[in-house]
Amino acid sequence: MKLPDKTCRIEEAIARIGDGATVMVGGFGVPGTPMTLIHALVEHGARGLTLIKNDANEPGMGIDHLLQAGQVSRLITTHLGLNGTAIALMNSGALEVEFNAQGILAERIRAGGAGLGAILSDIGIGTELALGKQVVEMEGKPYLVEPALRADVALIHADRADTFGNLAYVATAQNFNPLMAMAATCVIAEAERLVPLGALDANDVHTPGVFVDHVAELSTISGEYGVVQR
Amino acid sequence: MVARAAREIAPGMVVNLGIGLPTRVVGCLSSDFPVCLHTENGLTGIGPPLAPELADRNLIDAGGAYVSLVPGSAVFDSAVSFAIVRSGRLDLTMLGAFEVSASGDLANWKIPGKFSPGVGGGIELAQKARRVVVLTTHTDRSGAPKLKQACSLPLTARGCVSRIFTDMAVIDVTPGGFALVETAEGISAAEVAAATDAPLAIPDAALPTF
Repeated sequence: MKLPDKTCRIEEAIARIGDGATVMVGGFGVPGTPMTLIHALVEHGARGLTLIKNDANEPGMGIDHLLQAGQVSRLITTHLGLNGTAIALMNSGALEVEFNAQGILAERIRAGGAGLGAILSDIGIGTELALGKQVVEMEGKPYLVEPALRADVALIHADRADTFGNLAYVATAQNFNPLMAMAATCVIAEAERLVPLGALDANDVHTPGVFVDHVAELSTISGEYGVVQR
Repeated sequence: MVARAAREIAPGMVVNLGIGLPTRVVGCLSSDFPVCLHTENGLTGIGPPLAPELADRNLIDAGGAYVSLVPGSAVFDSAVSFAIVRSGRLDLTMLGAFEVSASGDLANWKIPGKFSPGVGGGIELAQKARRVVVLTTHTDRSGAPKLKQACSLPLTARGCVSRIFTDMAVIDVTPGGFALVETAEGISAAEVAAATDAPLAIPDAALPTF
């Protein structure tokens, strides 16, 4: 037996993303943000996208390119503090933004990837983040119903991948990537190093390849992945 | 005040330092002090910050600063990171504030019409750390008190704050409201009370200074 080969050309994988798609994008700041897949999505030009991403990166980086190109109509996120452009788009009404508590966004995505319908959480009760949310009582305590999140496509950045799509991350580039890699109908991963089957030790796999549909090796690690000089 | 706040960290604690002033507490901890620092983006065992030329591009804290590892550090995903927060593994978090109320309500994430970047991990830290202390200037840039009878801004969490460290004083949130604990060198209790927009209990005994 041999595990199937899922290697692909980035442009071909990204070309499957249609107008109006919901797209999860890994990353927290620069680490773990799939900069090359994002550039390919800008080139591809799909519009009316709903993005699910922890943050909006910084001006000139990551999903800021998609925001600047006017391809995003809705953003489900936790914090935009480092991107004034995103805040301006939100304030002008050009971008609809749904804010989540950060760990709740993570759990909603994990629930989506785990085949669950929602999670129950007491985070934000008594604040405006609870407005409009269904409340249920469990063992005498109130909880908010937080629906699971899934996407049409997830864009993932890994440090290492094998040809079956087993993925390994490094340092704080892990963040939302392993969660999103389980929660989309089509999962596209870019990897800094693509290795043959067997070269990524089974014990080192963070995301099992069964969750991944397409994997591509990055030919260059552009400056956008580098240390940010602020 | 940062050095005074650093003394709030007891040996053995798991601690999250919020973005802004609280992050500077790291500089007051000696390299052999036994503590585990946590950051929301997926790291326990934060080492000292690194200059850009020494930085690892994949290793940041939740504020985007480049940090280092220490022997024994661990990295993990965002769900695990907030499982640590929500399940009560954080002994202490130090957060910034726009407003703190006399009943310990915290507002630190939104000023409607002016500042609305999103809450990030702030609600979970404020609601679930076992002890929440605030580091903030005593007044805002216009001189208005940040310690108030009730918050006027959208809340991060209710009744969560135990203690407040400012440039003027250390103040506890008690069942009876704000209580003065210490004053900064050269600041009188009366000056602290005048800069606080709520009743402030002042003990009869002489107060320690910092």
